[in-house]
Amino acid sequence: MRMNRRSFLQLTALAGGGLALELYRSPLAAGQGPGTPPDLTPQAFIHIAPDGVVTIMARASESGQGMRNMLPMLIAEELDVDWKDVRVKQAELNEKIYGRQFSGGSNNTPQGWEPMRRVGAAGRQLLVTAASQTWSVPVEECTTQSGRVLHSASGRSAGYGELATKAAALPAPALSSVKLKDPKDYRIIGHSQPGVDTHAIVTGKPLFGIDVEVPGMLYAAIEKAPVFAGKVKSSNVDKIKTLPGVRHVLVIDGGITPAALTPWEPGMEPGIAIVADTWWQAQQARKQLKVEWDLGPAATQSSEGFKKRAEELLNAPPANSLRKYGDVDSALKSSTRVVEATYEYPFIAHVTLEPQGATAHWKDGKLEMWSTSTLPGNGLSLVAKTLGIEESEITTHMVRSGGSFGRRLQNDYLVEAGWIAKRIDAPVKLLWSREDDIAHDPFRPGGMAGLKGGLDAQGKLTAWRHHFITYGDEKNAASGGGIGQDTYPAGFPPAYALYTSKQPLMLRTGALRAPGDNAYCWVAQSFLDELAVAAGRDPLEFQLELLGNKQSPWSSGEHDAVGDHEPSGQAVLIPERFKGVLELVAEKSGWAKRSKEPGRGMGIAAWFCHLGYFAEVADVSVDAQNKVTVHQVWAAGDVGSQIINPAAAESMAQGGIMEGMGHLAQQITLADGKIQQSNFHNHPLMRMRQVPKIEVYWRKTDYAPTGLGEPTLPPILPAVTNAIFAATGKRIRTLPLKQSGFSWA
Amino acid sequence: MPIKFNVNNVAASVDAPPDTPLLWVLRDLLNLKGAKYGCGIGLCGACTVLIDGHAVRSCMTAVGSVGSQPITTIEGLSPDGLHPVQVAWEKVDVPQCGYCQAGQIMSATALLTRTPHPTDADIDAAMSGNLCRCGTYTRIRQAIHQAAEAGATTRIS
Repeated sequence: MRMNRRSFLQLTALAGGGLALELYRSPLAAGQGPGTPPDLTPQAFIHIAPDGVVTIMARASESGQGMRNMLPMLIAEELDVDWKDVRVKQAELNEKIYGRQFSGGSNNTPQGWEPMRRVGAAGRQLLVTAASQTWSVPVEECTTQSGRVLHSASGRSAGYGELATKAAALPAPALSSVKLKDPKDYRIIGHSQPGVDTHAIVTGKPLFGIDVEVPGMLYAAIEKAPVFAGKVKSSNVDKIKTLPGVRHVLVIDGGITPAALTPWEPGMEPGIAIVADTWWQAQQARKQLKVEWDLGPAATQSSEGFKKRAEELLNAPPANSLRKYGDVDSALKSSTRVVEATYEYPFIAHVTLEPQGATAHWKDGKLEMWSTSTLPGNGLSLVAKTLGIEESEITTHMVRSGGSFGRRLQNDYLVEAGWIAKRIDAPVKLLWSREDDIAHDPFRPGGMAGLKGGLDAQGKLTAWRHHFITYGDEKNAASGGGIGQDTYPAGFPPAYALYTSKQPLMLRTGALRAPGDNAYCWVAQSFLDELAVAAGRDPLEFQLELLGNKQSPWSSGEHDAVGDHEPSGQAVLIPERFKGVLELVAEKSGWAKRSKEPGRGMGIAAWFCHLGYFAEVADVSVDAQNKVTVHQVWAAGDVGSQIINPAAAESMAQGGIMEGMGHLAQQITLADGKIQQSNFHNHPLMRMRQVPKIEVYWRKTDYAPTGLGEPTLPPILPAVTNAIFAATGKRIRTLPLKQSGFSWA
Repeated sequence: MPIKFNVNNVAASVDAPPDTPLLWVLRDLLNLKGAKYGCGIGLCGACTVLIDGHAVRSCMTAVGSVGSQPITTIEGLSPDGLHPVQVAWEKVDVPQCGYCQAGQIMSATALLTRTPHPTDADIDAAMSGNLCRCGTYTRIRQAIHQAAEAGATTRIS
């Protein structure tokens, strides 16, 4: 059964971890049941030349997460070829033969692990069958090794290249029927394979969306209102048309109606597209634009207003009760001690280093697109719908991008390029400026959390009450602003309540790496640290005890945590795994023997999201000016039984930690509906001189392998802020750091 | 009036206003796509090229200001991708998305030309103008040290 796009869109609108978890819980609905993907054939993925060179199609988009390595490695392992003989080719968008071509939610590992290996094994089986037929020997007597089929009894052997034509003509075996290798025989999986594009990258070859070159191509830039969905009232387009190099000036009416809930992919933003011979000319012409905007209702929004309303909501009875067990109010009342705190975090932008853009060519009623989307199937549907053409008239080339981090799950820039292309008689490359990219990002929404925790006379947690203030309408939270019912520490405190209240938001929001979790982890793990301190206990010991006493079943139902090793069974937190990474990181960081001196401290935090478990410890010093230096970070991860590409996995963990540190200093604010940040000077990333030493350790467990894009990130935020507390006694309850009086050294 | 200059030891001539940033001349007129656009105001370093051996932000450099000084882009660093810095980058497998890496490599090359055996502090000082959104800094540092050991001091011109 294949999930149709409509239901997929509904799931994405759930926001936060909701999307990913729904997919994991119902892998069949995502089109790929473990072991039984119905449509995949080895012929689609594997092409073997007569000289034995094997080309493997990479089905997922590549934005730096290593998908062009990881998925083909799974195929190559079971095909039984040497990695040096493999060439990886990016597949075009064709979900009928490749299955879902989606990179998000750390999904490619759990969703690809079994099907991709089975594709490889099925390919191997076809080659073995071809050899056995050629030699008239039983299939069972044939073995394979390094791209050859061997028949030891007769001493015969043949390279895959010699057998390929015959093998390709055979009927593909059912993927569920093929035999997989014993993991101890792996020669590719579990062995670091350098990035397939690394040589092209270090020699400056054109690889990225921004590098696409189509003969006769023009360049486009789009001026949009400084306020979300503001419309063009009047402008001097006639003058702009006369400027050097300018070929077309197109007014985009757009299709967004600002409302309390801005849906996923809300439609085209209004604006003025300038198409010129070069992008620089388009940008220069843009500076001459004089536009009178109808800014619309979003111009009333401001960060100050959001904060004021959030505080009102926090002090009012909650609008929704998302998860409740035990009597939290009486448990708090009868507690020896109650700790109360309000946490607040800002909107932030994705700032992929390659700004958004796309290339499109409309010719003879057909559209050809070069897309960096990580959800290209959605892009295809949106473009078809917006342009009023059939999906079958569109070809999508999937191009490497300079980073996604969730940004390229949305296809707004692709729709814009298609829209412009359909109105002109030449191929066109659209590129957003950095300023465009920040002002029109689908932001990670900010939020506020009112927390109350109770402690008994022994310093044990008695109750946890969380009132989460987010954005949306009565029914739905803004994308990236929802929270799951089982979000940690749900299930563990003896009495628990998770309430939500929402305020309207006329702004595009979306998933940013570890959506939801990149904020809630900071809130929950900071407050747990506060409670441990209030109880006079070690934060690690306090949390391990909590994890050892699960009190309530998961809202999604119980799973057999021991015997259920498929990804679908891992969608809920398994306490033993959470504890395991905490214990490992404590051991590696010397947590028990950490020194306690003024101005220097260590903080610990852990999280479960996107099926993975990470615990991190940060060693931090703070100087007299409250400048923060992170000296070292230890990370311990559990993503199951197998690290597929170890060197890439370590790099991904280091990157997640650097990104999480970056989040601590980032902030998007609004005044009169306008985004006040514009470039890297006021929406900073970490720089070389601020990079700590990072050690990454793996805890291998007997669970199916899961992804690494997201779960490495969340724990570093509270690990650092808890360390700042240990160093200074000052609790960081408001981000970015500067709002709490701190900054990076 | 066409503007004449020298890129990767090849004479180039383009018809563009002299205030056009070198980055866009390289990318869109000369089809040298290695240098990247990231911020347009010299904050990220993705557009870094060498002008007379110095690391320069090509997004902020008017093409008309270059004159006869030789320009080296990532494409001209070596004919075969075997410059010691490129070799080290490949050996350490530095990139994730890879978008910033041409700029990182050019900054590292300029550093090693002047400081053949940089300390971590030298690397911090020379490389903090180059952003990596993926956070591959640990490997960038490692690759610079490896390139130094391999003797990346060959003068680039």
